[in-house]
Amino acid sequence: MMSRADHLKGVVLSLILALILLFSWQYLTESNSIQSHDISAENREYEILMGHTQATQQPDHNFPSPRQFALEAWQELKAPFHNTSTNDRGIGWQLGASLYRVIIGYGLAVLVAVPLGLLLGQQPILRAALNPFIQILRPISPLAWMPIALYTIKNAEECGIFVIFICSVWPILLNTSFGVSRLRKEWLDVAKTLELGWARRLWLIILPASAPTIVTGMRVGLGIAWLAIIAAEMLVGSSGIGYFVWNQWNNLSISNVILAVLLIGITGMILDTTFAALQRRVSYAE
Amino acid sequence: MQNRINQPLPLVTVNQLEKQYTKNNPSVFSDISFSIARGEFVCMIGHSGCGKSTILNILAGLEVATSGQVSINGHAIKGPGLDRGVVFQGHALMPWLTVEQNVAMAIRARHPAMPREDVQKKTEHYLELVNLTGAIHKRPAELSGGMRQRVGIARAFSTTPELLLMDEPFGALDALTRGVIQDELLNICTQTSQTVFMITHDIDEAILLADRLVLMSTGPNAHIAEIVENPLPKNRSRTEIHHQEGYSDLRKHIMDFLVKPNK
Repeated sequence: MMSRADHLKGVVLSLILALILLFSWQYLTESNSIQSHDISAENREYEILMGHTQATQQPDHNFPSPRQFALEAWQELKAPFHNTSTNDRGIGWQLGASLYRVIIGYGLAVLVAVPLGLLLGQQPILRAALNPFIQILRPISPLAWMPIALYTIKNAEECGIFVIFICSVWPILLNTSFGVSRLRKEWLDVAKTLELGWARRLWLIILPASAPTIVTGMRVGLGIAWLAIIAAEMLVGSSGIGYFVWNQWNNLSISNVILAVLLIGITGMILDTTFAALQRRVSYAE
Repeated sequence: MQNRINQPLPLVTVNQLEKQYTKNNPSVFSDISFSIARGEFVCMIGHSGCGKSTILNILAGLEVATSGQVSINGHAIKGPGLDRGVVFQGHALMPWLTVEQNVAMAIRARHPAMPREDVQKKTEHYLELVNLTGAIHKRPAELSGGMRQRVGIARAFSTTPELLLMDEPFGALDALTRGVIQDELLNICTQTSQTVFMITHDIDEAILLADRLVLMSTGPNAHIAEIVENPLPKNRSRTEIHHQEGYSDLRKHIMDFLVKPNK
């Protein structure tokens, strides 16, 4: 365990790092704009001939400085849930759309993978029979499923959900069956001598005993789901934070792209922290 | 009828028990026959590999014999059940539950309809028996080996089994702790006139606890070498026993049996 003082030092250090990053960002974007003014007379003439005058030069075309970014991000964050048209929806609305897809797809994955994992964990023959299929399906990139999903499902929304499902189901399934297969025989013997029925055995022994590995699987699965949904929305979405990133890139609104990327990271972190807390709750020392 | 009153039916009968793991190998043990009377404390002593634990597991219903019969109360043992409580070698407590919850789980299994307060009272009662009232909210990982084994004993007693099965329950404990828990166990067993079948390596432990000692020959193909009645009176105590008449003779007898190669 870290002491309080060490913890504080860590916090101070990461604040310093953040400041350094901010200042180098400021420095790099500023020198960029100075360079554009520092051109020779012939080049300036050429620039004018090409239509690149001060008037046509838009600040958007350069990588935004922290100040520009903050201003534009504030504009976007002021009305995060506005919804005027497909191409003009607030970033909060888009984030919500992504989260909604993840909840549905990931929820389905948990509903399928946990019971199936519990079954496989207790049936070594079934586990051996299904293992080759799982091992082949597991390493497939979620995006590789996209054409097949689009062809069979024919609905962009459901495709996104399917991609989430198919990529988060494997870690949950494998971890659950691994956790259950490693149950101590003694615990099951206790359940037998206490004449516990299957439901009580599941609820009182098997689930709490394998909960730490199951939650680890769920945590990994959710991380993958959050990675996959961004890419999937870039491909087929008409909403969602992934679609927003791509749309703002097409608008050349780099500030909004940075804002969205930051929000993706923060949301991912919040999701992961939630599961880390859950993991601490269900873990036990032997 | 007269005969029955004088010699009541034993609680447990083991008849011609044999266990063979693979077809072409010799059996681990064979021709094992003994009985346990109600209220009796029987210890089985023998070297490792003679199949003591297997015999206990067959009595618990966790393993199946190759041939022979085991019965409790006149009914053949077909599987594990609440009429037999088991204290496992490695305590087998649920590490995610507190001491209280571990015992309460067993009580609830025995009395599914019991109200919550009664379960709690009963739990506290059995933890008091093993002097663990101070640790009821701790988890097994926070307890010493002796305390864990005490929880295991409390859990086994809490289901008020007809037969208590103990597989080297004190094997992993230091001598001092072992002595204290032996005293506690002896106390509870006399108070409740509990029938116990216990496996041990420890001669002194066996002489202190057991009314009858079953000596096993070395495996494979182990069998019962001898069944010894403990000549010492039933109110034995750890501090007095080695002064009692007959103690050293019995100890020598068992020691001789264990050190001499026997087949």
